[in-house]
Amino acid sequence: MNVFQGKTWVFGDDIDTDAIIPARYLTTQDPKILAAHCMEDAEPDFPKKVQPGDIIVGGKNFGCGSSREHAPIAISGAGVSLVIAESFARIFFRNAINIGLPIVECPQAVSGCENGHTLQVDLAAGVVKNLTLNESYEAVAFPDFMQEIIQAGGLIGFVKRQTGGEK
Amino acid sequence: MALTLAEKILSQRTGREVRAGDTIIAPVDVALGQDGTSPLAVKQLESIGLEKVANPENTVFFIDHAAPSPRKELSNDHKMLREFAEKTGSVLSDVGAGVCHQLIAEDFGAPGQVIIGADSHTCMAGALGAFATGMGSTDVAIGMALGKTWLRVPETIRINITGKLPAGVFAKDIVLHVIGILGADGATYKALEFTGETVAEMPMDDRLTLSNMAVEAGAKAGLIESDSVTKSYLEQNGRGQAFKPLKADEGADYERIIDIDVSNLEPTLAAPHTVDNVRTVGDLQGTAVDQVFIGSCTNGRLSDIAIAASILKGKQVAASVRCRVVPSSRKIFLEAIQAGYIEQLVEAGAVILAPGCGPCVGVHEGILGDGEVSLNTSNRNFQGRLGNPLGCIYLGSPAVAAAAALTGVITDPREVLTNAHGR
Repeated sequence: MNVFQGKTWVFGDDIDTDAIIPARYLTTQDPKILAAHCMEDAEPDFPKKVQPGDIIVGGKNFGCGSSREHAPIAISGAGVSLVIAESFARIFFRNAINIGLPIVECPQAVSGCENGHTLQVDLAAGVVKNLTLNESYEAVAFPDFMQEIIQAGGLIGFVKRQTGGEK
Repeated sequence: MALTLAEKILSQRTGREVRAGDTIIAPVDVALGQDGTSPLAVKQLESIGLEKVANPENTVFFIDHAAPSPRKELSNDHKMLREFAEKTGSVLSDVGAGVCHQLIAEDFGAPGQVIIGADSHTCMAGALGAFATGMGSTDVAIGMALGKTWLRVPETIRINITGKLPAGVFAKDIVLHVIGILGADGATYKALEFTGETVAEMPMDDRLTLSNMAVEAGAKAGLIESDSVTKSYLEQNGRGQAFKPLKADEGADYERIIDIDVSNLEPTLAAPHTVDNVRTVGDLQGTAVDQVFIGSCTNGRLSDIAIAASILKGKQVAASVRCRVVPSSRKIFLEAIQAGYIEQLVEAGAVILAPGCGPCVGVHEGILGDGEVSLNTSNRNFQGRLGNPLGCIYLGSPAVAAAAALTGVITDPREVLTNAHGR
């Protein structure tokens, strides 16, 4: 559950939430419909070609701009298993955890990573492996409560579990 | 111990001394959402059966981003928000009332409050001395329901601004210059504190412009101390009793202090496609513009509209330009009508749109065609922001925008300003 493996899609610095999901598509909260337009302004092929389990690799300040939670929802809806970046913008970081999208800050893993590499990420151990390059990097491990939120599918699922509302 | 403004507000609201790096649970004094983000917040609350809010008179839903609605899906979202506000007793601010952040400043915000909003520019209320920050829909939903939220007390970068602004140079030029120095992620997780003699003498309209754009450097908050300017602003809006003075302590611990002397600052713009791609007007002079947008929470206040009117009065918008003016609130719109600015702008050929976000997020009221260029007084120029990834956006002050509307190209506003605003 806490180990993810997938092929990479590499993006640059300052990927903003308008690039992740443009405001013209914010007419729904449905993850599948949002996913159909995810990243299309930055990489038109992305929504068509992304495969379940793929990993997005970003540079600095991934997810900057608008507070729209539709951004991590679109990424998650596209089947992306997690996002690795040099750094994340603050609101996106909270939103990703809150909707259950794992994110990892690991500048070493980003530098040298190219499209189509295979990465393996162990969230609990905080280890990122680039299987294509046969390299291994240390990332900051998720604290237990964040892992629990992600395992519950996000903050709402977590609150339901806490309050016994989950059936 | 000496406290920064962020530490001081959060200490007062939690009833104990808190310092940068502490993670705290803070009471929420005002919580807001807008029509783009609130539908998801409402659905999240419905999914956990928490269809009530802790503090209804200070829980506000704004219909401003796509208003009036251009699509049936958004009309249905608006309907859902009206119904939820009715059911929970929260406040609903409907089409034409204005941009959420402007109305928070006019009607809700006060020094010392904690304000959370499902919109990144919630930081604008920092100009009133409130700890105001943007979050996502789920965080704000939980904050609305429980009346509290968790926060990490941020480190602070102090921006010490001195010197007298030259003619034709405004708060927008200062904040773009600051973002150019910090970079788009230079203040991530931090608070900015704008201070110094230039800020002390600045009217609230301009202070709001500074705080509004703090998030464009990644900041969590953009704070300004509460003083006599804050007091008179609250009094003008019928809320003088909400005033209390607030300032950072001498000797507080800052992560970084940036000193800026604005005496020789040039009119400053952000070029496509990032806000930190900052240039002076001289670098961009002559760039052709198809559309001009004067408005938004950043620069749609009375003084902004006054500057635009002073440049366009008695003249005509260039034939090649579509010029849109969007007052930030109904109150500002009425004041601009009474002052004669709206008539002057309409006579010059500008299109006036209902108070609200206007074209800012690219869902209506001014989507760009392929290859077109817009000069906006708003806060973001990301690719696709005006609804078309093949469009380009420059950001500048209302003077820069009005000068471009007049000439059809990016123009130094000092060439067209009349003496009233040329100082």
